[in-house]
Amino acid sequence: MILNAEEQAMLNGELGEPRRWAMEHMMRVGRFFDAPDFVEVTQAHIMADTESLGEAGVDFLERIAAHPLDERQVRIPMITDPRGIDFCHYKRLKQTDLMASLEQRAIDAFEAMGILMTNTCINYQTIMPPVRGEHLAFGDTGVVIYCNSVLGAYSNFEGGPSSLAAGLTGRAPRYGLHLDQNRWATRRFRVDWEPRSLSDWGALGGIIGARSGSYWEVPVIEGITTQPGSDEMKHMGAAMASFGSVPLFHLVGITPEAPTLEAVCDPYTLPAEVIEAAELDAFYARYGGKGEKLDVVVFSAPQLSLLEMQSLAELLDGNKLHPHTSLLAVTSPVVAADARRMGLVERIEGSGALVLEGMCFYQSYAREMGVANGWKRLMTNSVKLANIIGGYGYEPTLSNMENCVASAIAGEIV
Amino acid sequence: MDIIELNCHVGVGPVVTGIALVTDDNFSARYDLDRIAGIFSRPQHKLAGQSYVDRIMVFNTAKGGVASAWMLHEMKSRGIAPKAILFNNVNPILAQGAALADMAMCDRFADGDVTQLIHSGDQVTVNPDIGLVTISRA
Repeated sequence: MILNAEEQAMLNGELGEPRRWAMEHMMRVGRFFDAPDFVEVTQAHIMADTESLGEAGVDFLERIAAHPLDERQVRIPMITDPRGIDFCHYKRLKQTDLMASLEQRAIDAFEAMGILMTNTCINYQTIMPPVRGEHLAFGDTGVVIYCNSVLGAYSNFEGGPSSLAAGLTGRAPRYGLHLDQNRWATRRFRVDWEPRSLSDWGALGGIIGARSGSYWEVPVIEGITTQPGSDEMKHMGAAMASFGSVPLFHLVGITPEAPTLEAVCDPYTLPAEVIEAAELDAFYARYGGKGEKLDVVVFSAPQLSLLEMQSLAELLDGNKLHPHTSLLAVTSPVVAADARRMGLVERIEGSGALVLEGMCFYQSYAREMGVANGWKRLMTNSVKLANIIGGYGYEPTLSNMENCVASAIAGEIV
Repeated sequence: MDIIELNCHVGVGPVVTGIALVTDDNFSARYDLDRIAGIFSRPQHKLAGQSYVDRIMVFNTAKGGVASAWMLHEMKSRGIAPKAILFNNVNPILAQGAALADMAMCDRFADGDVTQLIHSGDQVTVNPDIGLVTISRA
């Protein structure tokens, strides 16, 4: 890889050991993907919950944080993805003090590096939305696909170590979606039906993600006439990335790089693949569970926007959850503060539900929480969560928010 | 003993030798594994119930899940990890994770579908620096 003088100095260790490690790490990755050089990035977002970090990952962060201030501080604005613990509620969730202490160690290390503890996977709705053409080093696949697709920014999926390396250096290896030639559509999907709920948008994302099936495929979608909002795009993108590791999609007439189909592909050489309405029904049907006792409803992955919190409050107003069913609504600290100020948290929790902030359900020791609380049958409107949570020992059911709430009140899947 | 050499793109990590466990399914450390027990835990995964510890794992591609970048490092620190992971095509997350964990990883095989070229039970040596995978098959 070609390095400029500043990058070479960082690699030589002249700006401290953390930046030397960062350059070496990114050069390994850059070599893997044939990056010719580095690109300057303006923001970094790090996914580093303690369940995935483990003791080894926290030790790693603490070693970087132990360096002198001028060596360990990140060089560009850097923010965090959801944590594994909400310190106000971890005991109620039956998470352990050991989990909380590991979390606190990670937070201390991040803060020593100058990283802002935003604890959110909806930073594009709440913190600092990127602008078109901005090069980024973002973690969380849902964040990356949204920022690339809906906002026209340029980021690869940056796992925690690479995102940290980018924060320490202000650089990322120039490969993948930093290059215009990799943003051209490679799969073309025609949809002749309209998604009606957030979970429908998520299901469409799941179907397209599963069909695309690779980081290196870029789907373009045509045929939908419904105008999606930010939450619709959020659910569709998160599901597409979850099912297919897809980092970028184009929605013709909606997303900025695809004002027309021709702007992102040659329609004469890229045949359309039709997604039938029956596929949507089949997608929901794979999760099943109708009539079964319901242990927990989870709204999370991605964290809820303020508008989703309002929808949930309206559905729960005047209702009480069934005694054997829990309902968790997970959002960002920024949204939680606003929702509390506006009375939405009080309305949601008046039903017996619990609002959690700054965490995400599946990143929060979901297996251990399931065992400790006796949670097996989980219902959600998040296609991403439904896709992930089976690996943690749960039996997921997918439906829209209205049915999830109705089921939580009934105590069984309706 | 048949010796078969497969050329692939330059990868990351050290030279390792081990026994292959192969599937045409995809992979995420977050979605698919019980990392404490060292087995595939997602019921829908084609290797559900099987151990990945010290295996040369072979998959089609990687799925979503940024967490895998930390998880390979964490798994290796406890000695409950694969020796190497090979893909037809990998996403950046797994490559970044292998770079941090110093775990052998390669993809983009010149001879076709690696999930067909390597069989479970083969003895396999992975040399990421030169992009070479050698199969010893009885």
